[in-house]
Amino acid sequence: MPLLKGGRPVNDSWQRVADGDQLPEGGIIVSLERWQSERETLLARGQPLGVALPNTADVAPLQSDLVHFGVIVLHLPKFTDGRAYSQARRLRDQLGFAGELRVTGQILPDQIFFLQRVGFDAFETDDPRVVARWAETQAPFSAVYQPAADGRRAILSPSG
Amino acid sequence: MYNYSEVDQRLVDERVQQFRGQVDRRLAGEIAEDEFKPLRLQNGLYLQLHAYMLRVAVPYGTLSSLQMRKLAHIARRYDRGFGHFTTRQNIQYNWIKLEDAPDILAELASVQMHAFQTSGNCIRNITADHYAAASADEVDDARVWSEIVRQWSTLHPEFSFLPRKFKIAVSGSPADRAAVEVHDIGLKLIRNAAGEVGFTVLVGGGLGRTPIIGKVVSEFVTADKLLGYLEAILRVYNEAGRRDNIYKARIKILVQEMGIETFRAAVDAEWERSRDHAPVATPEFIAEIRNRFTDPDFETNLDDGDLLETLRYSPAFAAWFQGNVAEHRQKGYAIVNISLKPIGGIPGDATAEQIDGVADLADRHGHGEIRVTHTQNLVLPHVRRRDLPKLWRALDMLGLATDNVGRATDIIACPGLDYCSLANARSIPVAQRLSERLAVLDKEFDLGPLEIKVSGCINACGHHHVGHIGLLGVDKNGEEFYQITLGGSDAPGSTIGTILGPAFSSARVDEAVETIARTYLELRQPNESFLAAWRRLGATPFKERLYATA
Repeated sequence: MPLLKGGRPVNDSWQRVADGDQLPEGGIIVSLERWQSERETLLARGQPLGVALPNTADVAPLQSDLVHFGVIVLHLPKFTDGRAYSQARRLRDQLGFAGELRVTGQILPDQIFFLQRVGFDAFETDDPRVVARWAETQAPFSAVYQPAADGRRAILSPSG
Repeated sequence: MYNYSEVDQRLVDERVQQFRGQVDRRLAGEIAEDEFKPLRLQNGLYLQLHAYMLRVAVPYGTLSSLQMRKLAHIARRYDRGFGHFTTRQNIQYNWIKLEDAPDILAELASVQMHAFQTSGNCIRNITADHYAAASADEVDDARVWSEIVRQWSTLHPEFSFLPRKFKIAVSGSPADRAAVEVHDIGLKLIRNAAGEVGFTVLVGGGLGRTPIIGKVVSEFVTADKLLGYLEAILRVYNEAGRRDNIYKARIKILVQEMGIETFRAAVDAEWERSRDHAPVATPEFIAEIRNRFTDPDFETNLDDGDLLETLRYSPAFAAWFQGNVAEHRQKGYAIVNISLKPIGGIPGDATAEQIDGVADLADRHGHGEIRVTHTQNLVLPHVRRRDLPKLWRALDMLGLATDNVGRATDIIACPGLDYCSLANARSIPVAQRLSERLAVLDKEFDLGPLEIKVSGCINACGHHHVGHIGLLGVDKNGEEFYQITLGGSDAPGSTIGTILGPAFSSARVDEAVETIARTYLELRQPNESFLAAWRRLGATPFKERLYATA
């Protein structure tokens, strides 16, 4: 599926590997269960690794694992299901995850602003409107009240 | 009145631009209705039975005369010449065209108003005590804190797709005129032993299908911690709140299922984890917000003019004064309640002429300020006492001098089946009939303080659970019936009403309510209110009389 970073389609250097499938060469993304059950095998490969989390997963227990992940994939099963927004903020703010934070699922152009604010920097979507409308999704609002994970200076930032 | 900062203004202007683009794309067919729905809802636009309905935010129920005139203008130009004030201190227009909605939002933005998040599964308009900064009993100005919470919740990137809607209310006074105990979060301003202002935070209150009184999640949250603490509550809810069943998705169900102890522990743990990244209202910021509220230059040494004389010679004025005027903290001033419940009228409706008229009277007698109450009335918070007779006469000319605030005919009613696509039964005609019937009884026997609340469906927008007498419209094989509850209250120490027995048909319900009122009259002790009598007597005598002939 097409991947957008910085508003441009980019080549996806990561391969999604289904549970039970053989591990290919190169960077791979596995499910949380596979990471938990095959942790040693996956680390022994010595190649880039990412994990895809269901939106019900508690991210806090992953803290010590984060150094192994180049990418974390979070999911919007429906655009109205906002759990991944909180997972993203936890990963960025509380756990300090600095790798790629990718969102999949039902992504609408009008959500890009919020998704970026909570820390997503990669968007996996085949909805052509997301690319077409990228420029206008970038700055619908020139100021923000709340601090979030985008480092934007906010009215209510702790430092004012 | 709060005066927008440059950023506040920029954001509402940008919101109009954004929504204009969204509407254009919808009209061009580029976005489907199911994708457009959350976008329009977060701008207050509903699709109702007959037309679009626009719900305009009146943050913490505060309006200037300039804003009020704009509301009248919108009623005239884009609607059918009236607006409807709601139990969430907002105003709704019932006959809006989709293509007009961006222009209406632009008109609102020109007077520092908006419809941000008046619907949708997000943090809704913040409601507050309608006597804020006017009553003598407040700990602090609820408007200041409501505005700070408004800013924090506006376009919140993390909490715009919650399991369900989320309502926050702020009370600055122990009297709690904001019904904070029946909100998703209720904030009660208090002072600790050291004299510092902070908040008792209640969580998980609400009405709807499962009425629950909120529970204290923290006895005292300091002012600097407030926003971070709210954010911790919302994050716990966003992650753990149920999304499998719309009727179990409110935070009250989560709190009930977890238990308040476990919920509190989860919030405290989240607060600890997130405190370094939490939003903060710094003392400087709080001071800046406080300064943006321009309060009237109250005159000192005002005499009462012909107030006492008018009270003596005009029983009608005296009744209005007794019922609708409350004490102001400033000597020489009074708080005036304007009832939007004329006998037999539609609760909460006001014509463009009345809205304009109130704006004029606010300018002439009330320092240009108006409040909307959660009981669907208006308030002029700062009126010179000496102006009261003149104001009363002018209100009377506008049809707005009904002297029934807090009485049996001051009925709250949701829009019901006359407008709402969720309703099972009509609310408005029932309220109108009850009003006419009870006006006669009240005049003859003095029913005292008596709150009647009517909802047209289980969603309880008419707050029937907390009515002294509550009516819930239900559908029985295509016929409208009304279930009666007694003994509810949203005053401090709130109670959920008790269901009395089988529902009454539309034809019989007003007679049933009259029977309840007559039972009270018969059994009350001297100076005993309806609610006090109910609490003493219990359901039995009311049941006996209501169902004796059934």
